[in-house]
Amino acid sequence: MIGLGHFLIVSAALFSLGIMAVFARKNAVNVLMGVELILNSANLNLVAFSRFSAHNLNGQIFAIFVIVVAAAEAAVGLAIVLSMYRIIKSVNLDRADTLKG
Amino acid sequence: MDNRVFVQIIFYLFAVMTIASAAVVVFAKNLIRCAFALLFTFFGVAGLYAFLGADFLAATQMVIYVGGILVLLLFGVMLTHKLYDLNLKSETYQFFPALAVAIAVFGLLATVLLRARWHSSMQTSLDPTTAAIGELLMKDYILPFEVASILLLIALVGAATIVRRRSE
Repeated sequence: MIGLGHFLIVSAALFSLGIMAVFARKNAVNVLMGVELILNSANLNLVAFSRFSAHNLNGQIFAIFVIVVAAAEAAVGLAIVLSMYRIIKSVNLDRADTLKG
Repeated sequence: MDNRVFVQIIFYLFAVMTIASAAVVVFAKNLIRCAFALLFTFFGVAGLYAFLGADFLAATQMVIYVGGILVLLLFGVMLTHKLYDLNLKSETYQFFPALAVAIAVFGLLATVLLRARWHSSMQTSLDPTTAAIGELLMKDYILPFEVASILLLIALVGAATIVRRRSE
């Protein structure tokens, strides 16, 4: 039978793939995609615990708030990426080093 | 018995779809391909939500992630590349250190999650959750609900302000 552990393993795999995207990709939009993967894995955990352990809907409510924050994050993150593209003509994160001493 | 096997097949289908397309997001060279693989990841997670009996959340995932965030990310891809160079490459750097960290994180999480003795019991009922979630949002969670709406407003106004062309 499909239990709690199955969902936790799927979520752990999503989380580590997101970490991999955040660490290894050069493109800023791609890093944002990795952040979305991480948020999705956290959401999956919340919903799984809400079903298997808590037997109430509080975890799902938290997941809704996470989705709201993810939407806000995507909007602001892409705005930052666009203005970065306008200033340094690139979305390569290695080129965003004007603050480096 | 047959029913149980069917349920397992559907679960593994969604799980494999989610993880495989997430791997494409991480490892693919072409950015457009990454964005469309992310679409399938979101579909897979929505399917897992439906599997967990979270019907409202599955629909929300489809509407907000697929309809909103993914389109926003595609806009980001399109606006930050010249449209005539069709090879939207995204290189990786520090590939092997990042891979090592990711595998270590996965190993740690998997060990901890599988070893811990969660208080886990299957709930048999699969009621529709929409009405109950609405009631919770309007009663117990009314303050976080309002704060979240203010946060969204601030974030969207801020995003519009950041990308505005300054005419001096």
